[in-house]
Amino acid sequence: MSFKGMDIVSIRDLSREQIDQVLDLAERMIPYAKGELFTKAMDGRILANLFFEPSTRTRMSFESAMLRLGGKTLEMSHPSMMSIAKGETLADTIRMVETYSDVIVLRHPHEGSARLAAKFSTKPVINAGDGAGQHPTQTLLDLFTIRRQFGRIDGIKVALVGDLKYGRTVHSLAEALTLFGAEVTFVAPPPLQMPRETVRQVEKMGGKPKLTSKLEEVIKEADVLYVTRIQKERFPDPAEYQKVAGCYRIDNTLLREAKGDLIVMHPLPRVDEIAPEVDGTRHAKYFEQAFNGVPVRMALLQLVLGGDQL
Amino acid sequence: MKEFKVTPIRNGTVIDHIECGMALKVLRIIGVGGTNVQSPVSVLMHVPSSKNVFKDVVKVEDRELDPKEVDKIALISPRATINIIRDFNVAEKFTVALPDVVKGIAHCSNPSCITNLKEPVEAEFLVESKNPPVLRCIYCDRILEDAAEHLI
Repeated sequence: MSFKGMDIVSIRDLSREQIDQVLDLAERMIPYAKGELFTKAMDGRILANLFFEPSTRTRMSFESAMLRLGGKTLEMSHPSMMSIAKGETLADTIRMVETYSDVIVLRHPHEGSARLAAKFSTKPVINAGDGAGQHPTQTLLDLFTIRRQFGRIDGIKVALVGDLKYGRTVHSLAEALTLFGAEVTFVAPPPLQMPRETVRQVEKMGGKPKLTSKLEEVIKEADVLYVTRIQKERFPDPAEYQKVAGCYRIDNTLLREAKGDLIVMHPLPRVDEIAPEVDGTRHAKYFEQAFNGVPVRMALLQLVLGGDQL
Repeated sequence: MKEFKVTPIRNGTVIDHIECGMALKVLRIIGVGGTNVQSPVSVLMHVPSSKNVFKDVVKVEDRELDPKEVDKIALISPRATINIIRDFNVAEKFTVALPDVVKGIAHCSNPSCITNLKEPVEAEFLVESKNPPVLRCIYCDRILEDAAEHLI
């Protein structure tokens, strides 16, 4: 199955077989991602990182992935310094940037921006998050983390916890987990519960999602706690944010109730939702999860650019 | 009292079986009040129908609809029928039907969708269900809500 030239806009663009292909290649990328082996597979290729919103992990891990593959990256200076500030459309920015690079990685505050960019670019576009929309590479690295831990995704009980309404990672993750046969539970206060549309989609795919606001109801059974930050910036009303901020906190007292091999994941950055005391426990997987962004993105770049064999 | 009847039209279009209460939206779609319509337009609202209990009907003289107008009518009134009248005869009659993909007939209802910014694209939707109409924005992936209010 050829990925060459393909845009990665939404996780729905990929079949289960294609996702497996990415995860299998990501597995082989690990020693390169760690700097234990070296490759020039992307020698002479340029990745353009277009980030119109702040990002630490996604931007840096794409950059690291391209550099580890022997390619180079072009970084955009702050959007306020660019033509966008002069009123340039995204379509024009993309048509310009594609002439400078071989692949475009885009993060943008507006939903649908990556699909628009893909329409105007002849070079592959990888969506690194479009507003409250899709973030497919995050979903891939989340799946990769679970698969590495348990050797499978099928039958794993995953509780998604926190801001399930505005958190962009959890919508596509819920669907992808269902595609792979995981059992999902949505744990959120009612105003931040998973949107009906996503719940319906999971059910349509054959999943039987459980919805609750009580973390204690799921802690004993779960294999994975996928914790998300309550995102202040997504709340139109600060008073609404204050009502729900800090409603779940994962600490060692709570984890005493959990299975021994339960893992705690988080797309990061975290604020207060996971106590620092958890970091040193066998449950904490969020930093390894952040590292996994590198081999997964290396695999994707290798596939969409059709780089030399490792 | 003199009886007022809507008389047959010589040439034009009769849009029948419009969802009750939607006639005024249909007038907006065909551009009544603008330069598109220069001849008389008759509107019947809340009239008995054999099919739907009550319906609205719009008759536009000397004017046939373009495909985008038909798609817009299908979006707000999926059971409507279009009768094209030529020389007092029904030259063509069909029930409106949305195509699999529609473009340029409605704005995306998601205010944060990129198509609502000044980008050189028209909003485009995948038709997931024709009756009732369910449209998904191909850009932001959201379902179009309150379609009648977002018509272009």
